[in-house]
Amino acid sequence: MTSLEFHLPALQVAVPLLLAPVVVLLRPRGLAWAAATVTSLMAFAIAVAMTQGILDGEVYRYAMGGWEAPYGIGLRVDRFSALVLLLVTGASSLGLLAGKQSIDRSIETQRQPLFYAAWLLVVAGLAGILVSADAFNIFVFMEISSLASYVVVAGGTDRRALPAVFKYLIMGTIGATFYLIGVGLIYMMTGTLNLADMAMRIHEVSEQRPILVAAGFITVGLALKAAVFPLHVWLPNAYTYAPHAVSAFLAACATKVSLYVLLRFDFVVFQPNLLGHDFQFAAFLMPLAVLAILVGSTVAMFESNIKRLLGYSSVAQIGYIMLGASLVSLTGLSASLLHIFNHALAKGTLFLAVMALAMRFGQLDLASLGGAARRMPWTMSAFVVGALSLIGVPGTAGFISKWYLVTAAFAEGPLGYFLIAVIVVGSLMAVVYSWRIVEATWFAPEVQANPVTAETTIGEAPMAMLAVVWLAALTNIYFGLFTALPRALAEGAAGALIAGVP
Amino acid sequence: MTVLFGVFLLTLLVITAIAIVRTKNLFVAVMLLGIFSLLIAANFFVLDAADVALTEAAVGAGISTVLFLGALALTSEFERTPTRRRGLSLAVVVCATLVVLYATFDKPTFGDPNAPVHQHVAPWYLENEPELIDIPNVVTAVLGSFRGYDTLGEVFVVLTAGIGVLFLLSARPGAGARGRQAARDGSRIGLQNDVIPRVVGRMLVPFILLFGLYVQFHGEYGPGGGFQAGALIAAAFILYALIEGEERTLEVLPRNTLIALAAGGALLYGAVGIAGILMGAEFLNYSVLASDPITGQQWGIILIEAGVGMTVSGVLLLVFHAFAARDQA
Repeated sequence: MTSLEFHLPALQVAVPLLLAPVVVLLRPRGLAWAAATVTSLMAFAIAVAMTQGILDGEVYRYAMGGWEAPYGIGLRVDRFSALVLLLVTGASSLGLLAGKQSIDRSIETQRQPLFYAAWLLVVAGLAGILVSADAFNIFVFMEISSLASYVVVAGGTDRRALPAVFKYLIMGTIGATFYLIGVGLIYMMTGTLNLADMAMRIHEVSEQRPILVAAGFITVGLALKAAVFPLHVWLPNAYTYAPHAVSAFLAACATKVSLYVLLRFDFVVFQPNLLGHDFQFAAFLMPLAVLAILVGSTVAMFESNIKRLLGYSSVAQIGYIMLGASLVSLTGLSASLLHIFNHALAKGTLFLAVMALAMRFGQLDLASLGGAARRMPWTMSAFVVGALSLIGVPGTAGFISKWYLVTAAFAEGPLGYFLIAVIVVGSLMAVVYSWRIVEATWFAPEVQANPVTAETTIGEAPMAMLAVVWLAALTNIYFGLFTALPRALAEGAAGALIAGVP
Repeated sequence: MTVLFGVFLLTLLVITAIAIVRTKNLFVAVMLLGIFSLLIAANFFVLDAADVALTEAAVGAGISTVLFLGALALTSEFERTPTRRRGLSLAVVVCATLVVLYATFDKPTFGDPNAPVHQHVAPWYLENEPELIDIPNVVTAVLGSFRGYDTLGEVFVVLTAGIGVLFLLSARPGAGARGRQAARDGSRIGLQNDVIPRVVGRMLVPFILLFGLYVQFHGEYGPGGGFQAGALIAAAFILYALIEGEERTLEVLPRNTLIALAAGGALLYGAVGIAGILMGAEFLNYSVLASDPITGQQWGIILIEAGVGMTVSGVLLLVFHAFAARDQA
């Protein structure tokens, strides 16, 4: 391993983290955006480099400060981390590349350096969680990413962004505190914070009450941060009122990182050591996952604001991810991890297309978007590609994960048939709510008097933005046809996670 | 005796917490929160965690009370009647409490030397610290070096909070500028019309600053370090602002200087980390900073603690000024 490659796990965090304070100081117009975009692309390049190494069989380990774990803080990047790292850094880069004009419109020039610094801190925080192998260190970076995401969400022009962000802040803080209580209880019983060390030492005390309570607190706390039904109430409004570029970035990856911690903690520390934990895990999460799919999709079918509709659709999609994991099988877990990846592609594309739409339309409810697609055919075609992937039409990325999910459910016997029915019903509901948008924008009569400013003539979104939207849309098709990369990462990661389950 | 003190303090803590939840007067709630922090600090001290106690007293009881009051000046003094039912919240809190109580039944007894936390990592720190880092305060060694990456993260948490407050409170363009204009016109905040606080306050400011610097540079030997020192130094300037007016404080430390201080502290910490990489070791490995690893470690800790102090004092003052500017607008 070359010297630079050796440092990649640390640089993945250090590059965006240390450049954030630099961005604060960049006053000249446009410079902060440029610096943030370059930094984000560098972080993406680091993630790609590590993914290549991991596909060659490498597992990156790093001892921060030269102190070996458990005395120091260890970093560890494997297939699961790489899968989510690609999403975080990729979504951030696309959001920044496409979002300049949209952000210029909603945030004054003199506040932009602070905004872009906060954006980089979200990237650094999420990356810090993903590379860490230490339970407390995960909490520290969870704090950075959460605080910074409250800031960027609050950048929305709509005043309702503030109550939405306040709810997000309170719920997020409760979730993080629950996680910390759980980690504290485990530390009390094992004396260690390193996850692998914890998994070894927890064995002797696994039947004692503090550990059981810790498992409960950690699961509920992370489920709250991951917006698992019925703990999702903060999500739809936060996505709706955030600046459009932020919605695209966070909708693609923020809840996935919490799901990552939830799955990693559970499968590394609890599953191998707690008696009957696989059954409890399934019995707790499967009903919630089914309800998330049905309730989230139902609400989305009746929602009229496009962004909130997509937010409720995310609640349902998180349900699919949890459903796969709750089967506690290799295929189920692979389906779950694949859906983390594929849903990010689909939802990222949809929110990017919404951002392009918002460049020309002030109101984003279905009634005022009549005939929008006839004026912005390219934008709305990209939206349709994203919607097809969300539904799971063959040839798009979404199909692959749904296929895995159905296969995994099929292996479960009678219960599996019920779950397949739920998946099919959920997908049909996705057809309905996607169709409502397609119908309004392509087939409804044109609505006048909804331009974003008086002088804009309603035409196609700016070329640069459109190019990025289409880049995102094409990834949905690419990963629907060439599935080697996500499948290798997801199956490898699922295999490693499931190996600990007795 | 320790147990008795602990039970006494914790009982007071519960009573204070209930009083905070029950009061409708937000000013009273803020004062009670200060007492709450002071009680926790005393509790930490009883448990021999002097470093944490100092931080909690400086930040929890000191600075956050001032910031809460600053926020209160922008809103009303009384809580509005809640529009939502509180039943669900109460049920959740009661359940969580019962579950935590349930968890405590199997916990190791208080002060048990055989408890897992005293068997694994902690004794390793105590045993090996003298030959690896060799500073008398092992807590500083753990926070600054062994788990220095966590501390780097915490510094960035503080910086993020500062960025967030500046971003949110600057939403109305020019609010700060107009506010300062209004301040010049006469109606100034602070205590400048009260003789006794002015005289006493003026005398206290240099001593608080001196104590802050002592805590900053004495962190390797006794309880202290950048977090506590940063809070103390910020407290000195806030006191100065209260007695002499916010404007004169801004003349001493302008807003841009504070932003540079906050960002610079975080960058200094990061630069020490990068220096480790450039010298051929891991990120945040201070051993390579000097020819002798122990000296390198000590240098590294002094530098990163300076960074911590800069960021914490910078951010706290920025947040204070942001609230004060908003207040006068």
